[in-house]
Amino acid sequence: MAALVRALYEGAFNLFEKPMQMLQYSLGAHRMAWVFLLPNLLIFGLFTYLPIMLNVWYASTSGDRILLGDRDWVGTANFATLLDCGSYLDPNTCRRDLFWRAVHNTGWFVVLQVGFMILLSLIAALILNRNIPLKGFFRAVFFYPVLLSPVVVALIWKWILQRNGVLNAGMDWAGMDTVNWLLDPSWAFFWIVFVSIWANMGFYVLILLAGLQAIPGDVYEAAEMDGTPAWRQLFRITLPLLTPTLLVVMVLSLIRAVQAFDEIYVLTGGGPGSATTLLIQYIYDVGFATRPRQFGLAAAASLLMAGVLLVLTLLQLAATRKRAEEG
Amino acid sequence: MRKTIAVSALALMTAGASQAQELRFMCYQDGNECDAWAAAFQTFEAENDGITVVVDVVPYQAIIESLPIQLEVGEGPDLARVTDYGGLARFMLDVRPHVSDPDMIEARYGPSLAWARVGDNAPDGIYNIVDQLTATGGFANATLFEQAGVDMPAPGSSWAEWADASRAVRDATGIDFAMAIDRTGHRFAAPAMSFGAALFNEDGEALVIDDGFRNFSEQFVAWHEDGTMARDVWAGAGGGTYQDAAGEFINANLAMYYSGSWQIGRFGRDIGDAFDWVATGSVCGPEACTGMPGGAGIVGLNHTEHPEAVGKLMEFVARDDVQAQVLAQTRNLPANAELQANGIDYQDVTPEVAAALTAFAASVPNFSETAYALQGYQFNRAVYTNIPARLTQAIVGELTLSEALDRLEQDVADAIAEAR
Repeated sequence: MAALVRALYEGAFNLFEKPMQMLQYSLGAHRMAWVFLLPNLLIFGLFTYLPIMLNVWYASTSGDRILLGDRDWVGTANFATLLDCGSYLDPNTCRRDLFWRAVHNTGWFVVLQVGFMILLSLIAALILNRNIPLKGFFRAVFFYPVLLSPVVVALIWKWILQRNGVLNAGMDWAGMDTVNWLLDPSWAFFWIVFVSIWANMGFYVLILLAGLQAIPGDVYEAAEMDGTPAWRQLFRITLPLLTPTLLVVMVLSLIRAVQAFDEIYVLTGGGPGSATTLLIQYIYDVGFATRPRQFGLAAAASLLMAGVLLVLTLLQLAATRKRAEEG
Repeated sequence: MRKTIAVSALALMTAGASQAQELRFMCYQDGNECDAWAAAFQTFEAENDGITVVVDVVPYQAIIESLPIQLEVGEGPDLARVTDYGGLARFMLDVRPHVSDPDMIEARYGPSLAWARVGDNAPDGIYNIVDQLTATGGFANATLFEQAGVDMPAPGSSWAEWADASRAVRDATGIDFAMAIDRTGHRFAAPAMSFGAALFNEDGEALVIDDGFRNFSEQFVAWHEDGTMARDVWAGAGGGTYQDAAGEFINANLAMYYSGSWQIGRFGRDIGDAFDWVATGSVCGPEACTGMPGGAGIVGLNHTEHPEAVGKLMEFVARDDVQAQVLAQTRNLPANAELQANGIDYQDVTPEVAAALTAFAASVPNFSETAYALQGYQFNRAVYTNIPARLTQAIVGELTLSEALDRLEQDVADAIAEAR
């Protein structure tokens, strides 16, 4: 069997060897690298760079037509419309107030979701890293929601939170006043943050656990021999050595939080009003859900969001690099 | 000799192939509309040798989202069953040159033909045959009214009377909701017009926020504040998302529900004999008692390679006997004037369904001209999707009503400017 596999492998190798040798002779060793890069470049070009360029084109044109040739060139007008504001802190003063409400909502969502996500993930990882009973079971419990589709997550929580849902049934049974959780703007926002953390936390717990287990045990042994209390070990050993992992978690969770859409869309539909409308839903609404479709405005909003994400990511990368150089 | 036979056979096959015409019909159905048409098309195929019709049944979302994109790039079916006449108008085929009796179609379908005569379409073109006329109107849970000992408002009663009676039913029976209106501008438009909203300016452009529109908006928001309206329906979603309250009505948790005739079949099937229900028809405001017309229709599409065959099929679809047969099976209201006058012999329907169909059919001739104008307005979707988005903001307190209405007017103007 092994001989057969080897024969097949050698046959395949010989099949490509001759043409590749000829290519190398004709192109030279340096240009040969492009031959190997070409397939990936084509895939990236077709599915990443071309859509980005198309998006820029759509953002610079107006109309509800899809074909680029049928659209009117407006230059930066769509960006100007979105950025036309009396005060960026008050959406009511903006021409496109719903865009700025979505920006504000997204900002708050990112701050709260990423902040609490990292804090809770860290606490969970620290606990799960200790020798507690049923450690494997609890690790699975935390990771399980990550395996669920966002739509399933949203439907489960909708079932729990709706007017006649499980939570209100429980409160009613306990003699408490029920609350319309998803119809009150503040509660609805609280729940989208909560559900998002619940659904994604397991993934970050896993990363942090890997980071914690990579910290050498002898450092802790030395600290214990010196009589260092546990809280001091946490702040002087664990957290400093975990910082690179925490930065990765922060970058990943930040990008994911800005891109949040599906579970929130199913859970609240962006409502009540625009209380839980985040940027991606605004882009979806303007570009696809409402008629006539305003592709230009949606494309401009998505490019603005991409710009902000790019800046945030570069800042995080710079911070990571700085720490690496210091370390 | 053998060579001659082979060449002749090939020529015959080629000729046969060039004459055979296959029409693709993209169809969505609320109930069994596509099935009924597929059965009817067997007659058409028997009458028109060489033309076959393939019915592709798709979800409504595909008609709304995929079909326009297919048509934009010159692809897609030869015919489709659609509701967005204004948005798809530029892709529609004028079959007037391909039908033998355009005057008959004009006489039968005149008002609904106008819905597709927008934009650059010919003012006398025949673009659509409506096979499911819909009318907005109310439904009431008769059993709940009876249990509450509250007299149900008579036909022609006002919104205020319905609100009072429905609240009394809710309070007496302990149900969650007194009234609900579907979350869409299409449903909101009818009571707004009944309160005197003109909707259009003198140039025929929407949306005008006048006293009538403002008055009903104020009333509508107030009904949400005092709990008359089911808050879950409008406040339970964001943007222009459509949401109905049919589930609450079917579960006997709602006294009065303003929706439309397309719910009749569902109510007949899902409510069964659980409780008695009635169609109230149009509800009146201070200025009028109008509902909104609407409906699905079959359109030919202008990229088709077989325009004559499409014309023949559209003429077949428009025929009185064919419409009567399909409508009897689908339990929909006719857009065909002849059938409206003579009535449809609906098959195997319960007394409630029959009464509801009659009540809705009777309300259609009383719809205001503005209602028909809005249904035929090229940019009516801009009105329908922006009304819930902005009014919900007023309902949940994000904006004052005045701010919401100013924003609404601007949003519709911006959307129309973008589409022009």
